[in-house]
Amino acid sequence: MKKVGLCFVMLAGAVMLASPVTAQDAALIQAARKEGKVVWHTSLALPSSTAIAHYFQNKYKGIEVEVHRNGSQRVLQRFMQEAAAGIKNADIVHTSDAGNFELLRDKGMLLKFTPQGVAAFPDGFKDKAGFYYGMRATLSVIAYNPKVISEKDAPKTWKDLLNPRWSGKMVTAHPGYSGIIMTHVLALVNAYGWDYFRDLAKNKLHIVQSANDPAGVVASGERPVGVNGSEYFYYKTLKQGNPIKIIYPKEGVPLVVSPVAIAKDAPHPNAAKLFTEFIFSKESQQLLADKEGLYTGHPEVTYPADKPKLKELKLLTADADELEKRNAEIKKRFTELFGA
Amino acid sequence: MPASQTGTFRRVGYTGWSAFRFKDPTFPVWIGAAILLVFLMLLPLGAIFRASLWDDTGLTLNRYFEVFTNEQFLKAIWNTLIISTWVGVLAVMIGALLAFLVTRTDLPWKKPIRALVMASFVTPPFLGAFAWTLLAGPNAGALNKLYRAVTGSEEALFNIFTMPGLIFVMALYSFPFVFSMIANVCELISSDLEDAAEILGANKWRTAWTVTLPLAMPALIGGFILAFLQSLSLFGAPAILGLPAGLHTITTQIWALFQYPPRLDLAAAFSVPLLLATMALIAVQKKILGRKGYSTVGGKGGQKRLIHLGLGRVPVLLFVFGILSLSVFLPYWILLKAALSKAWAMPLTWDNFTLHNFSFAFFEYGDTQRAIYNTFKLGIVTATLGTLLATLIAYVTHRNLFRGARYLTFFALAPLVIPGIVLAVGLFIVYTRPPLVLYGTIWILFVAFLTKEMPIGFSQAESTFKSIHPELEDASRIIGANRLISLKDITAPLARSGLIAAWSFIFIGVIRELSAAILLFAPSSKVVSVVIFDLKEEGQVGVIAVLGTLMLAVSFLVILGVQWFAGRDVVATRE
Repeated sequence: MKKVGLCFVMLAGAVMLASPVTAQDAALIQAARKEGKVVWHTSLALPSSTAIAHYFQNKYKGIEVEVHRNGSQRVLQRFMQEAAAGIKNADIVHTSDAGNFELLRDKGMLLKFTPQGVAAFPDGFKDKAGFYYGMRATLSVIAYNPKVISEKDAPKTWKDLLNPRWSGKMVTAHPGYSGIIMTHVLALVNAYGWDYFRDLAKNKLHIVQSANDPAGVVASGERPVGVNGSEYFYYKTLKQGNPIKIIYPKEGVPLVVSPVAIAKDAPHPNAAKLFTEFIFSKESQQLLADKEGLYTGHPEVTYPADKPKLKELKLLTADADELEKRNAEIKKRFTELFGA
Repeated sequence: MPASQTGTFRRVGYTGWSAFRFKDPTFPVWIGAAILLVFLMLLPLGAIFRASLWDDTGLTLNRYFEVFTNEQFLKAIWNTLIISTWVGVLAVMIGALLAFLVTRTDLPWKKPIRALVMASFVTPPFLGAFAWTLLAGPNAGALNKLYRAVTGSEEALFNIFTMPGLIFVMALYSFPFVFSMIANVCELISSDLEDAAEILGANKWRTAWTVTLPLAMPALIGGFILAFLQSLSLFGAPAILGLPAGLHTITTQIWALFQYPPRLDLAAAFSVPLLLATMALIAVQKKILGRKGYSTVGGKGGQKRLIHLGLGRVPVLLFVFGILSLSVFLPYWILLKAALSKAWAMPLTWDNFTLHNFSFAFFEYGDTQRAIYNTFKLGIVTATLGTLLATLIAYVTHRNLFRGARYLTFFALAPLVIPGIVLAVGLFIVYTRPPLVLYGTIWILFVAFLTKEMPIGFSQAESTFKSIHPELEDASRIIGANRLISLKDITAPLARSGLIAAWSFIFIGVIRELSAAILLFAPSSKVVSVVIFDLKEEGQVGVIAVLGTLMLAVSFLVILGVQWFAGRDVVATRE
């Protein structure tokens, strides 16, 4: 009797598990399992991208996610170097510089693929031609260390950072490495012109590469003010109990949407499609919001109560096409102004 | 019956090319090794010159023009010259002083001191630089915090993210090269001349100044050039300490030129002056060291006596350990602390203690295992094949097996003048396009490391062969063994510990290499040093500390293991 009961429960469980999976999905999963692996070139912070890979691997046993994490511009560099040598190794490209995807699409290096559900995403998350979609978004914000700087004294606006009192006390990340900072620089150049960065550079900034690095630099007190940096990483660092306060400047906050696309020559195209479907599913998008402090384009996702809603903020956006066209100029001018 | 009287058993090395070619069945091995060596050296250099001089339209000097009129590039060259000069001076001061104290005075604890100098040598400079960002960052650095707490000052004692900071760290990891050169010389200078000076009334310090120092002068200059060259070719330390302050050097600038869209042509053109500079310096060094033959430096010549430090022993010992704590104790301590902390800048209390960095590095982060596997595979394969090739070449040159064999020495030592990043530019150009695409595999790294480590392997093998008389081998050949079998059964076993030393030097050189690997790795062929650099760019302090600690632990285990295996102080032979 017991045995029959157990069987029944197992059967019911199997039906329940299987029910949302359509025949088409099942075929994709099977094909992906056969490939056994997906190679993900990503600029998402290492702990976050590793976590997502593990979620996927737990859900689809037998498919390994090989994570190659680097800054957006380095991801592009590696991808292009491999392509130039005729090496087909990367399945999925994901960076925070939307301009990268304009470039890759125009060079015919992307596979056209539309994951389910992205139709409902806002416009800024979608390539009109259908090659890439924003899997996550974050802001580039100011942050400071409240152990070193009182709330009253803290900089509140982008222009506050130009005050000489902050000389030697600030850290910036680099647009030649980070797509978030590339977007940040373009957004602020469009708002204030290059003069803003020329004046900022006079305050002798500490230069790091990744948009995630300022969080650690500010938290340790090495430089108490971050003049930019990814909001999700500041938020995560803060949540771990580190002394960090995030400022969302009233004049506007650069919004950075990070697209993902499948490589045209992907060696594991089915696993790549399955992984892409996975990260755009509501479940994963909600995980990105809950665990990683990210914003997403998914309309049904909810966010932690202690984070501002995107619609409450004045957002500064950068156009993907313009990002691509001005990439070289931004890297060059930034390097000239800051020295490296 | 002397061997030379019968045709078959002639020592072919002395009777010429044709006899050897036709009569020795092992000929293809020797000539093959020689060709491989020449090929290894010429291919990347040829590629660099070609890429810097030719474009679609033909021969052009535009790239050189572009490089030498660009203010940023010129600034990088200038920075590099200043940094390297100071590193050379500082490294000579530290290295020579320590070498003198260890070899010529009655300073106690010489063995531990030598071991610590060895530890500084084994520590990859990029790891030392990283550790120093945690020690002497102006605000959060542990030493600066201590200084503020003790003095109540608002200011930092030392800002490591400056040119002096960079020079300081690079000198800390360059002085062991000088130390070994000077220590060798100091051990060979006999005390006869010093005795003469003392008999004429000079006190011991005056003797040291007027007699010992001039005798050691060529070695000091040689040491300076070695340290200068070493710092010229470093990539990791300037990238970690210089870039945050807006400071480019030649190597970081070459690396930046690989960003998309890559400017390989400019990187090649920019490599050429670096190459010419190192060549010129080596030539100068040869001239200086070659001209002043040490007539007084005779192998086992006169006696040497130790200078008595007297009451100064303890302060001098403390001073020596002070210096070594800068290159070894403090950096190792902060790495270990960062590996075990949640927040590295906070005190390591129970609340701040974590093993998460270790579990993340080993079990969650996929790159770690791949990179460790790649690193060890490369270390073992390069060390083994490198020692083999170096042994064959050294044998060829030492026994002068065929006409022109001695020119192979030049090729085997040539990589000394090729900075790792320049070699990488050349290899990248050659091996990212057909006919031979090695990029994307670890074998492009293997070629780079094999080339780069050849001088160490070769000089080790050569000096070992010099100490073995050929007569035993001749005996074996008379009773019918061919050259390869004689080498394998007779000479190689005699040379065993020397060759094991060569193996371990190459192995350590490979696992700590960054400057060539940083341009040649592809995502699937990462090595530990590259992973550490990637993590540094993202600011993952805890994970870097874990991997860095692991890397150091492995290096020391290999040295100890090899010493145990060889049954003697292998590594000390270099000092």
